[in-house]
Order: sequence, then C-alpha cells, then structure tokens
Amino acid sequence: MSNLSSSPVDSRDIVALEGVTKRFPGIVANDSIDLSIRPGEVHVLLGENGAGKSTLIGMLSGLQQPDEGRILVDGRPTPITSPRHALALGIGTVFQHMMLVPTLTVAENLLLGGSWWQRPRTDELEARVAEITGSLGITVKLHAKVSELSLGEQQQVEILRAMVRNSRLLILDESTSMLTPKGIEELGALMRRLVEQGLAIVFITHKLKEAAAFGDRISVLKLGRKVREIPPERFAALGEQEIISEIVELMFGKQKDDPEAVERPARAVDAQAAPLLQVAGLTVAPTDNAPGLSSISFDIRPGEILGIAGIDGNGQKQLAEALAGQRVATGGLVRLAGTAIEALSVGERRQRGLRYLTDDRLGEGTVGMFPVSINFFLKQVGAAPFWRSGVEQRAEIDRRAAELVREYDVRTPSLKTPVARLSGGNIQKVLLARELAEGAKVVIFNKPTYGLDLANTLASRQRIRDTAARGLAVLLISTDLEELLSMCDRIAVIANGSLVGTVANADDARTRVGRLMIGLAA
Amino acid sequence: MTGLFSEVFLSALLFGAVTAAIPLLLAGLGEQMSEKAGVLNIGIEGMMLAGAYLGFVGAFYSGSLWLGFLTGAAGGIAVALVMALLCVRIGLNQIVIGIALTLGLEGLTALLHHFQFSRSYPRLPAADATVIPLLSNIPVIGPAFFKHHLIVYLAVALVFGMSYLYRRTQLGLNLQAAGDKPAALDVAGIDVIRTRTIAVLTTGALAGLGGAYLANVGAGLFIPFITNGAGFLGIVLAMLARGRPVWVLFGALLFGVCLSLTTAMQVAGINIPTDVIQMLPFLAVMIMLVLFGRRASLPAALGIPYERGAR
Repeated sequence: MSNLSSSPVDSRDIVALEGVTKRFPGIVANDSIDLSIRPGEVHVLLGENGAGKSTLIGMLSGLQQPDEGRILVDGRPTPITSPRHALALGIGTVFQHMMLVPTLTVAENLLLGGSWWQRPRTDELEARVAEITGSLGITVKLHAKVSELSLGEQQQVEILRAMVRNSRLLILDESTSMLTPKGIEELGALMRRLVEQGLAIVFITHKLKEAAAFGDRISVLKLGRKVREIPPERFAALGEQEIISEIVELMFGKQKDDPEAVERPARAVDAQAAPLLQVAGLTVAPTDNAPGLSSISFDIRPGEILGIAGIDGNGQKQLAEALAGQRVATGGLVRLAGTAIEALSVGERRQRGLRYLTDDRLGEGTVGMFPVSINFFLKQVGAAPFWRSGVEQRAEIDRRAAELVREYDVRTPSLKTPVARLSGGNIQKVLLARELAEGAKVVIFNKPTYGLDLANTLASRQRIRDTAARGLAVLLISTDLEELLSMCDRIAVIANGSLVGTVANADDARTRVGRLMIGLAA
Repeated sequence: MTGLFSEVFLSALLFGAVTAAIPLLLAGLGEQMSEKAGVLNIGIEGMMLAGAYLGFVGAFYSGSLWLGFLTGAAGGIAVALVMALLCVRIGLNQIVIGIALTLGLEGLTALLHHFQFSRSYPRLPAADATVIPLLSNIPVIGPAFFKHHLIVYLAVALVFGMSYLYRRTQLGLNLQAAGDKPAALDVAGIDVIRTRTIAVLTTGALAGLGGAYLANVGAGLFIPFITNGAGFLGIVLAMLARGRPVWVLFGALLFGVCLSLTTAMQVAGINIPTDVIQMLPFLAVMIMLVLFGRRASLPAALGIPYERGAR
C-alpha cells in the first residue's frame, strides 16, 4: 500500500484532480495532488496546518486556479474559473470562515446570487427549503437575522444554501472547528444523510477522530503532498484503532533527510532545583475571536525548556500574553523565582526578568520605521543610561547597539536602518538581543522560527538552547512539532485553551504528542 | 421683527428650504448607495461639481433644463467612472482618491468656467414650476412645497423607489451584501466588483443630477465652487441615515431649512454678521453628529477594497 496516490480516474468520479500543483511565493502549497471524489462518499482530507487543505478547496470552489495539472468534472477537464462557475457545476462550499451576511436574514442570504433584475422569490424559496429540511431532519429559522443564530445554526444555513442550489458536491472546510461536541455529532449525522441521498462530500479536518468517525475515504495531506489514501475497502477491513495508528504514523512520522533534524544534546536538568517559573490555575476569559485559557498550570526549572505544542489558535498567544502581563488574567498564580507577579504590570514583570519574544515581530515587536539602534531599547525608553532627563543619549545608544549587532550577528546596513527593512531573521535577532539582555530569568518564545529561512531557524534555535544552558527557564511555544522535539525537555499540549497533557521528551514523545494534538489520549 | 413670521416670509423660507434640500437629498441618496455597497465615496463633491458645470453648459446651449439634467448626470457618471476604476477595480485608497477627485474637479470646473463664461456670466431663465392643483392653494404650505420644478417631485419619489430597491429587490440584497460581507456575495456567485461599480456609477449619476439642479434651478448660473460642501453634507446625511432613504429625506430637509434661513435672515435684514448666519448649516451638522452620530452603524466592509481570496 505504499504506492502514493493510487487513484486512477474513475467513471464514478464527480470531480477528480490530476496532478494539481499550486505555488505561492516561497512555498508549494499543493504538490501534484490526485484526488477522486465520488457520489455517496464522505472523502476526508486530513492534515495539519499548512498541509495545503485550504488551497485545495480554493481551487475546487473557483477562488484560485491551479498552476499545473487539471480538474475533471464528470470526466471532462474543466477549469473552474470563478465561484459562480463552481456553483453552476454543482460544487457548493461551506468555508471555514462563515460566508453569510450577518445583517441579512437567513432567507435573504439564501436568495443572494440571483440575477439582479429579478425580484427575490421568497415563497418559492420557502417551499424548496421546507422540502430539503424535511428530508434532512433539520429546522432553520428563515426569517431570523443571521447575526442572531449560533455558529452551528449558521453552518446549517450554509449547508442548506448549497442544497438549495442543487449542489452535487459539498465541501466542508474545517467545519467542526467552531462547533460544540453536540454540534459536531449533529453535523456527522447530517453528512451521513446527505451522502445517502447521493451527494458527494469533501470533509476537511485536522482531527483524526472525526476523520475516522465520519469518513468513507481518507486522504492524508502533509506539507502540500498527498501521502496516502485509505479507500473504503481498507477502511472496512481495518479496525478503527489500526487506522488511527496508521494515520498518526503518516501525519507525524519522521521524515527522512530532514535538514532541520538535530540530535537533541542530552542535558541534565536539576530536578531538585526550585522552579523559576510557576504557573497555577491561570485563567483568561474568552473573547469573540479568541479562545480563553482554563486553569493552566506548569512549572519550569532553571535550565529547562518546556514546549507548548498544539494546533495554532488554541490559546498559545493568550498564554504568552497573560504571562507577560499584556492580557488580563481572570484568575491564577504566576510566580517568578518564588515571587508572585500576577498583579504586576508588563514593565515590572520585564524588570524582574520575565521576557517575551512575540511572534508578531513587526506588529508589536518592533517599530518598523525606527532605526535598528532604537529598536534594541524600545522597552527601556526613558531609562538611564540611554535616556537622561528625557533626552535621548545617541552616543550611548549607538555604542551599546553596535555591541549587540556584533554579539547577535544582526545583518544590517547600518544602525540607522529602519528595522522593517531587515529580513525576518534579522528582525528576530534584534528581538532576541533585546529580550535576552541583562537580567533575563524566564524567557517566553512564541513561534520563534515562524517564517524564517533555514539558516536563521537553526541560529534562533541554537540561541534558545544557549539561553537554557545559561540556567534560564524557557517556555517555547511552537506549532512545529519537529522544533519542539529537537529542543524541549518536556512538551505540553494545548487544545482549546487548556493543557491536555504533558509528555517528557523521550523516544515515544513524537507519537504521544501527536496523539494529544489530534484529540486522543496520550 | 413682525416680518419674520408673516405668511409670505414663512412660505418663502420653506420654499427655499426645499430648493436647498434637493441637491443634498440627491447627493445623500447617491452616497448612501455607495456606502451600502462598501465604497466610501469622498469624491461625491467632485461629482456634483462636474454635474453642476456640465448641467449648466448643457442647459445653456440647448435651452432645455431637462437636457441640462441629463448632461449633469453624465458629468457625474464620468467622474464616478474614474472612481470606480481606481478604487473598486484597482483597489486604491478610497479616501485619497476621493479627495483628489474633489480637488481636481474644483480646479477643473473653475478653470473651464473662467475661459468660457468669466466675461459674460450668463444666467438661465427661471425654471418652470409644476403647480400641483388644489394642494398648492393651502396657505404657507402650498406655495412652499407644491410649486416646484417637476424634478423636485421626482427626487422625492426617488426616495421611495430607493426604499423599495433596498428592501424588495435582488439588487438591493446584493448591494448590502457587497458592503457587509463581500466575500459571501462572491461565493454566492455575484461579482462584487461589478456590484460596487454599479453603486458608484449610480452615485455619480445622482450627484451629477444634484449638481445640475443646484446650478440650473437653484442658482440659475454656474460659479466656481458652487456646491459649497453640498457633497460632503450628503456624506454626513448618508452616514446618519443608517441605510434608510427616508431618513436622508428628513435630514436633507433639516439642512435645507438651515441653508434657507441663511438667506432669509439676510433678506429680512436681521442684524447678525453674515458669516455667523452662514455657519448655521454646519453647526447643524455638528449637532446632528453629536446627537445621532454615535448610533450610526456603517457597513462592515466600508472603505475596504475587495480582493478575492484575501482574508
């Protein structure tokens, strides 16, 4: 079964992809992907962030065009040129981000897309909707404003919209990410009824449990490539556990000849030492667009690197900001070297040695138009010796900045260059230099190598290792599992704002963390 | 002071209010459509100026006011085309382009006027009024509201046409979607760019018509900067009206009264410096904004150029 993408175009396919490749500047989002989509089947596309799932959907729904390869509809090569064209071909998409107009009613949203000179035919719509909802066993409030509906209800409206337009293929992009467990169950049942009516469904998810529970056929994507397809026959032959373990291996298995792979040097962390950072029951209220944190607890000892793994957007940024004092925590204790700091301001926490390297390097990390030299001391503006009586001490700043540029190997044309003109890697070095400067005790890194090239990635990682080797406590937040495995002493997994497990970085850590990340017990 | 409250004075005041309100109404309705579709149309002042100039030229040379209205609307559309091309299709900054268009048209119309009419300062004959039988006999109200040029009644009727358009038609739905969630409209299979272009061009036509009315009926002549901020008042009206055409009508009448008071008080010979009186409409704007501005809810995607696939 190791031959890749063994799916010849079949006469039963509604839509088929043949060697479809899509490139964006700097990355190959989809690398010669074959896919066959058949009526009466839920075809699951499974993969981590950045595996290329959304790009694939973009091409099927007419938002993007493939660079190479072709898309066949009913066996005929058909370039899908626009969303309108996709709809006309019977391809309906429910996007990850809701695509309903919040200020209009459900009925009006369903009517969007008619010819502009027509009068909206509300009564016709009502009859059609009643017919569809009746056969699917769902109820929809046609005259409610969309903004008044729950996310689950909005999603049903979107599915309904695809059905009203006679879609033969329904694409659901990360549709469960915003639903409650009950909502997910209902969606699963709804998908089953839809395929029984002869519809084809493409279901995109990064959750293995859902893939196994709802899918008939699973295609696993990794870094833009389709690494394996599990056809229905095999699905039936294997038990659920076997399938899950097979997929875990596919998704998180070690790649050969990975240039980033570094043997983690054995380091002894003194298990008896008092923790430098203690966090207990840290809680943050959720906001409209971000999850909160529920009762996060962990300790980091001197010289230890604790990793935080998880799918992006599960509360990583909230955790980092709550620790740094940039986000209000509703409860919990944070102790730095034994002293409670949860009531202190951002500046006071920094002064006591808590440092935070943001992932938003240009947004909140630096002031792009300011010169490199000033950016080194942004968090000390007004403080001696760089400012005296409110006046900038240019000579002192430049002298110290020049030292840091040398020490951290920042490649900049001059100290006066606006920092935004530097490459991402060099901006990161400026941040590293600033945050690791004298007095640091605990350092929080949020996605420290995100968007960097290989050389800078390796340099940043070495810098983090050195930091820990100097006896500092390091919290390393990353969505890159390889990175965590190559650096951390322990790895905690965050999901929906809480830590679902902590794993010592031993030989089986990869699989255990991987299982935690996709919602299974370690 | 008795003259202030005489019947004649009152009906003249209200008559002037209606005359002053019509350009604001047309500008406000036009701006409202652009904003509904997600385009903040700051260039509307320029569109009005183009309409005023071309409307005057059309009426002056043809001798027909209606032809003047037509050329005025065409002038507004011509400017709106530039706006649609730059801001909707290419996606440039709507505020910058809008200001540039307004300033450009101020200069251009003043220049053309200078070469063409600066020695003669021609005037148009007074516009024919369409007198509504019976209604026009009511004291005060009659002469104030029912002895106007036909286009005034048409403009008021347009308010209800717009209400119908927004509430009952497919185009109305599409316009609102283009302003509130353009991506949703796009995936529903409607071209967002085209929808917004329709809105901007309609704005141009209405603003141009408003400008032409201002020059041909209101003033009877064209002078540089004749619009004197009417387009900007239209923007304020559209923002305060929260998507409802009828509110634009009320707002336009209120501002119209203020503008008319300016003239009326001068005529009545009240001894207040004219500069103070001329501030009135703009004072009214500020008061309205303080009172109602905070509750103004603008479309979510207002001012943001649409790009497919961008998040």
